[in-house]
Parts: sequence; structure tokens; C-alpha cells
Amino acid sequence: MIASMDLSSINPVVLAAALMVAATPILLAAIGELVVEKAGVLNLGVEGMMITGAVTGFAFAVATGNPYLGMLAAVAGGAGLALIFALLTQYLMANQVATGLALTLFGLGFSALLGQGYSGVSPPRTPRMDFGPLADIPVLGPILFRHDPLVYVSLIIVAAVWWFLRYSRAGRILRAVGENHDAAHALGYRVRLVRVAAIAFGGACAGLGGAYLSLIRVPQWTEGMTAGAGWIALALVVFAAWRPWRALLGAYLFGGIVTLQLTLQAAGWRIPVEYLAMAPYLVTIVVLVIMSSGRARRTLSAPGSLGRPFHAAG
Amino acid sequence: MSMPLLAIEGLTKTYPGVIANQDVSFAIGEGEIHALLGENGAGKSTLVKAIYGLIRPDAGRMLWRGAPYAPAAPHEARATGVAMVFQHFSLFDAMDVAENVALGMDSPPPIRQLAANIAQVSTDYGLPLDPHRLVGDLSAGERQRVEIIRCLLQNPQLLIMDEPTSVLTPQEVEILFQTLRKLRGEGRSILYISHKLDEIRALCETATILRRGKLVASCDPRQSSARDLAEMMVGTALQPPERAGRAEGAVLLQVEGLNLRAPSAFGTSLKDVSFAVQAGEILGIGGVAGNGQDELLAALSGEMRARNGAITLEGRPLGRAGPNTRRALGLLCAPEERLGHAAAPDMSLTENALMTGAQREGLVRGGFIDWTRARGFAEQVIRRFDVRTPGPDVTARALSGGNLQKFVIGREIMQRPRVLVVNQPTWGVDAAAAAAIRQALMDLAQNGAAVVVISQDLDELLAVADRFCALNAGRLSAPRAVAGLSMEQVGLMLGGAGDMEVAADNAAETLAQARSGVVHAEA
Repeated sequence: MIASMDLSSINPVVLAAALMVAATPILLAAIGELVVEKAGVLNLGVEGMMITGAVTGFAFAVATGNPYLGMLAAVAGGAGLALIFALLTQYLMANQVATGLALTLFGLGFSALLGQGYSGVSPPRTPRMDFGPLADIPVLGPILFRHDPLVYVSLIIVAAVWWFLRYSRAGRILRAVGENHDAAHALGYRVRLVRVAAIAFGGACAGLGGAYLSLIRVPQWTEGMTAGAGWIALALVVFAAWRPWRALLGAYLFGGIVTLQLTLQAAGWRIPVEYLAMAPYLVTIVVLVIMSSGRARRTLSAPGSLGRPFHAAG
Repeated sequence: MSMPLLAIEGLTKTYPGVIANQDVSFAIGEGEIHALLGENGAGKSTLVKAIYGLIRPDAGRMLWRGAPYAPAAPHEARATGVAMVFQHFSLFDAMDVAENVALGMDSPPPIRQLAANIAQVSTDYGLPLDPHRLVGDLSAGERQRVEIIRCLLQNPQLLIMDEPTSVLTPQEVEILFQTLRKLRGEGRSILYISHKLDEIRALCETATILRRGKLVASCDPRQSSARDLAEMMVGTALQPPERAGRAEGAVLLQVEGLNLRAPSAFGTSLKDVSFAVQAGEILGIGGVAGNGQDELLAALSGEMRARNGAITLEGRPLGRAGPNTRRALGLLCAPEERLGHAAAPDMSLTENALMTGAQREGLVRGGFIDWTRARGFAEQVIRRFDVRTPGPDVTARALSGGNLQKFVIGREIMQRPRVLVVNQPTWGVDAAAAAAIRQALMDLAQNGAAVVVISQDLDELLAVADRFCALNAGRLSAPRAVAGLSMEQVGLMLGGAGDMEVAADNAAETLAQARSGVVHAEA
């Protein structure tokens, strides 16, 4: 029973540091999807774009021996797949939900194809940031200042997206397009162009999140390695009520549950592993149910045109 | 004659299968309020979109103070000095006033400075507005102010207004008119699009009338009667709705202490709504949209459940009953939104007829649809209500607004309701169809049904209703007999006047005319 488990082996500092690493891929994917949804587009293909990014990033990093070139390739791979979605939904008027699901299935299959021959290969190591004396601060040092660069990049992206949506003119236009595309069109804004740009950004972020998994977190290529991270990212956007800092909070919360689950297992908590593995997803479902029911829904403030197709009339 | 501000010469625009504008020519002078009149589908919107750079005409040209003018996009039009206040579709609910204004400008100043400008201009023109409020929380009149101020901040020479008064209370209309006259005094021109003839006669000095894409007349509306203008617009003489006096009947529908929370953030909760409708009576419920109209209809139709005793039909409590139970007992409803609520856009008319008529018309037998009868029922509706369509297999989306509206209202009337509730029955419907729908509602009451008409169009309510009450912020005023009710009293009942006491005095005289010209006004 619980008495037999050794809680003293859990080190909160290590846990906190691991949480940031566990959260980074979904944070990246979620912040990208947040921008896409703010522009009024629902792209359910996050999982597919993530895994495509994971495999392209991995392959390029192995080929060039440089993890950063791999990450750039992942950005391009994710964005490339997203542009297919943009073409289908924005210009050929395909249904967004169906196209997004297809994108996920396509991405999973396509990445498995590209990834043949990469199983068991080790990618080049991504060095950690060197913050000098900062890293030696007790407690804070190990938690905040001993990570790889992408952890900090993800935080910068969150801050940048927050600033962009809140204070920049382009961000205001993007929100306007997502809030009411007919009005934005009537005012002369190019609804499709804005949306295509947002979709590409979302794909780039998802691709980068995938590369984080295959190059840093795991680091290895295995088929289907995203294992639902893209879906969690989608749920996270709703959980965050389309606000960047809340997405960060949600991602770290989720990262915390994942890490805790692993740590508890290591500490010998004798309940089946499957329950612990289910926990983050169950929590996500519970949060979604609470948030989309009744009263809470009003404060959700989903973008007004989310998921609706735009037909430019006249 | 001096050079006009904007001259339009031989403008033509065709869409596949439709000629929207054919060889239209007219000119707008400096400092003139110019009316553009026409029924729905007459080509007004297309013409205006061409002026604002949203579409390119196929032929013809425009001259701005004598120089060629061909805007490729709205920002070019704005740079020239053209600004437009849209009928709808141009505000963002989840953003505040200042952000909405900024979105309509090409190079907006920083938001803080813009907020100060908004406060300044809104006081100068008597249109009070708080730049930091969320647009979703504003009334229709306030929303329009946002649009007007957005235009004024760009210092336009020509202001285009598309149906600006359709959602305003009488007091708000008077304030708007004062603002427009002030703008004219500053030498600006206004292109005023409307089908409310009394407004045009009160405000404009020149009118251009379009019918089916062609220019049919240019005249001075102050010199023509509303009836003449209406006939030029429609092409035929209009029949005002007629009905004989009515006898007192038994109370059919009774609503008592109805409270209902709004289902969405921008909806309005109903607060202690009570009324009763007798057999043979039409009760008109006025008020600007967004004051609880949709919620009231949902409560009556059974889409939203209420306390069981809050709604009774012939003494039988129905508050918790679902739509089918209510239909079976004779309480039928026709909601406002034609496409998506009253009718499924991509289904055929037969299928749409089936959806509400299944029970009362016996179109379903033993769980299977009787397609022959369903089709027959749809055909009956089409025939009796003169729905212009090739047949019942056409999808609802393919019908024009007026025809579909005739169909969805006709579908309910054909089921011989005990009580019929309709929301905005003639919204966006041309004059002839509107007259037909009103006549059908009056005939229904004449035959002993109770009818509740929820509408923003006061002229319509005063023309058809026996008693009138106003819905304001989810509260319903006590009903008053329409006979002898003045437009001023109606305006006060509607409330929402708030900061407009100043205008109340003038409102009476200007709008008293509207009552006399009920039919023409809508034409």
C-alpha cells in the first residue's frame, strides 16, 4: 500500500525542472493553435503537424549533425503541412473539422514512412543554455536556468504572442478576422490571407513542438511518438480560454501531472501504471466538461467566427 | 450648375444570372443628403459597394469632383474621402469601442489617444459613447454611433449610410437626423439608403430610385407623396392591410411571471414577463432586437424550458413541455432567423415543411415519412402564399429572403394554429411580400386564432396589432391598445432613451408622420 512507497525519493526541485521540459512540446503546439483559433480557424491537425515536425526535424538533425538546423526543418515541415490545410479549407472550402482530422491521419502515416530507418538512431545532442552563475543559485538555478534553449524560446513565443494579440495592429486585425469575418471583409481586410498566415504559424509551432520531442525530450525517433500530445494541445487552447498566459499555466499544470505520474511510479506507488498514464487525459476531459457547461461557457469568449467557413460575397 | 461631388455614369454590374445594376447614372452634390431608394434586391447594395471599392463595376465610370474615380479597395475609397456606415456586419462584439474604431481606420493613432479623440468627437456631434466599453454590451443605437464615429474620425466628404434606422428607437432616429443635418451644415454629403419613405421625405433633398437594377426616377422627395415614391419603387400600387373589427374572445395564451436566464453571454435574460392574448387578437411586442426577443420566442416555442405554470395554453400549463407537445396543442412559432432556425438551408422545401408540419398534418405514419403527403403539404403552402420557386424540391437556401419568409410563415399558418408567435415576420422582406405576410397574420386572427407579433418595425406593429407592449432589457411593459397610441408614447414605452431626453420633444412631430404612412413607410 501507500505506506510502502518512498516519498522521500521525490525531489521537488527535480520535479519542477522536469515539468518545464515535459510541458514545452504541448506549450509550443498550443500557442500556435491559439493563434490559429484566434483567427477563426479550427485546425484539428495539430497531432499530424507535430509528428511531421518530429520526423523532419529528426532527419535533418541527423543528416546535418546540427540540432538547430533540424528544428528549422521541423518548423518548415509543420508549416508545410499546415499550408495544405490552408489551401483545402480557405481556398477549396473543405470542411475544417474533416480536413483537420485527415491532416492528423496523414501526418501520422507520412511521418512513419519518412521515419523508416531512423529507429534506434541517436540525434545530435542539443546543448543546454549556459547562464553561468545564475545556474548555481540554490533551488531556482536548477529549476529555471539549466534547460535547453527551446524551453526559453517557447516562453519568448508565449510572451510575443501575448504582446502581438494585445498591443499590435496586426494582432488586432487577426482577432477581428476571428471574431467576425464578414465585418473584417467589409472593412477591407484580407480575411483569407490573415488566416493562411495564422495557419502557417500554427503549423510551424506544432512542428517545433514535435522536434522538441524527438530531438530533446526523448531523444529518439519512434513511430507515433507524439502519442496524443497534439490533442492535449488542442484541449489546452480551450482550457486557456484563448489567452496565451493561461495556455502557459495549463501546459505547466499538465506537464506537472505527467511528471508527477512518472515520479510516483518510480517511487513505487503500487497502483497500475495505466491509471497514472490516464490521469492527465482524464483531468483534461474533466476540465473541458466543466468549462463548456452552462455558466462557465459564457466567460469562455471563444472567437465569434471560430470554425465557420468564410465565403467572400460580392 | 456646380460640379457634383460624385458623378456616376452608366454603371453596370452583373452577377451570373442577375443584372444587379444596369446603366445607372446620377450625381451627388456637395453638402447634399441624397436618398437612394429601392426594394430589397433593387441593386442599392451593389451600387454602394462599387462606390466604396468592395466590388468593381463591369462598365461605366465614376467621377470624384470631375476626376476619374475607380477605387480598387475600401482603403482607396477612404483615402479619397468616402466613408460608409454598414447596415450590419461591421462590428466586433468581443472588442471594445476604441478597438472597433481603430479597425476601421487606415492608420489609427495609438489606442489611448484614439480613445480621447472618440470621446471628443462623440460629444461634439451629440453621440455620447464610452470608448472603453465592449461593443457586445451596447444597444443597437450605440453600436451605430460607433460606426458613425469611426467614419467621422476620417473626416469624410461623402458618408454612405445603409439602412441606418432599421434598428433604432424613434428617439434615436431623431438624434441621428440631427447629427446628419449638422454634417450637411459642415458641407459634407450623405448618401442615405433606406426604404422608409417618411424618413427620406424628412431628411433628403434629392432621391434616386432603383427598381430591378435600373434607375427609374430621380426626384425631390419633399415634393412627392410617400405613396408616389412607393409606387415608383415597387412599380405597382400597394394594398394596405385590411381587417374588420374583432370580437372579444377567450384568453388562449397566458404568460405569467416568466423568468429565463439568457443562454449566451450576449443574450438577454427575461425578467418577470407577463401577458395574455385572446382569440382573435394580435398582440404586438416592440423593441430593439437584443432586448430578449429571441429568448421570449424560445420560451414560447419550447426550445427553452421555463417554470411549468409560467406559460398556459387554454388553461393548460406548458412551461416545461417540449416543442412537439406545444405544436400538438396548437401553439406554433416562426422564429426570426430564416436560414438556420426557421428553415434548414440545405434541405428541400418538402423536408422543411415536414419538420414542423409532421404532427398536425399527419405527415408521419408509424414512424415512416409519408413523402407524398409531405410534398403535397409543401405545395399547398407554396400555392396559397405565392412562394416564387420552381417547386418543393428546391433547397431553402435557393429562395430569396421574402419568398422563404412567406414559406416559413405560411407553413405555420397552414397548420391552423390556436396561437401563432412570429418574430420579425417581415425583416429583410420586400414590400409586396411584407404586405402579403401581414395580411395573412390578420386573416389568421380574424378566424379566431391568437397571434403574437414580435417586431422591431413599429410601423408594422401599429398597422397590424390590436394591443402593443414593449420589450426592453428583458422586461415587458404593460400592453396598451394601439388605437389612439402616439408614436411618442410608443417611444417612451420602448425606453432605451436614456441619454436622449433632449430629442424626445422633437421626436413626436417628426415621427407622427410615420404613423400615417404605415404602408408606404415599409415599401
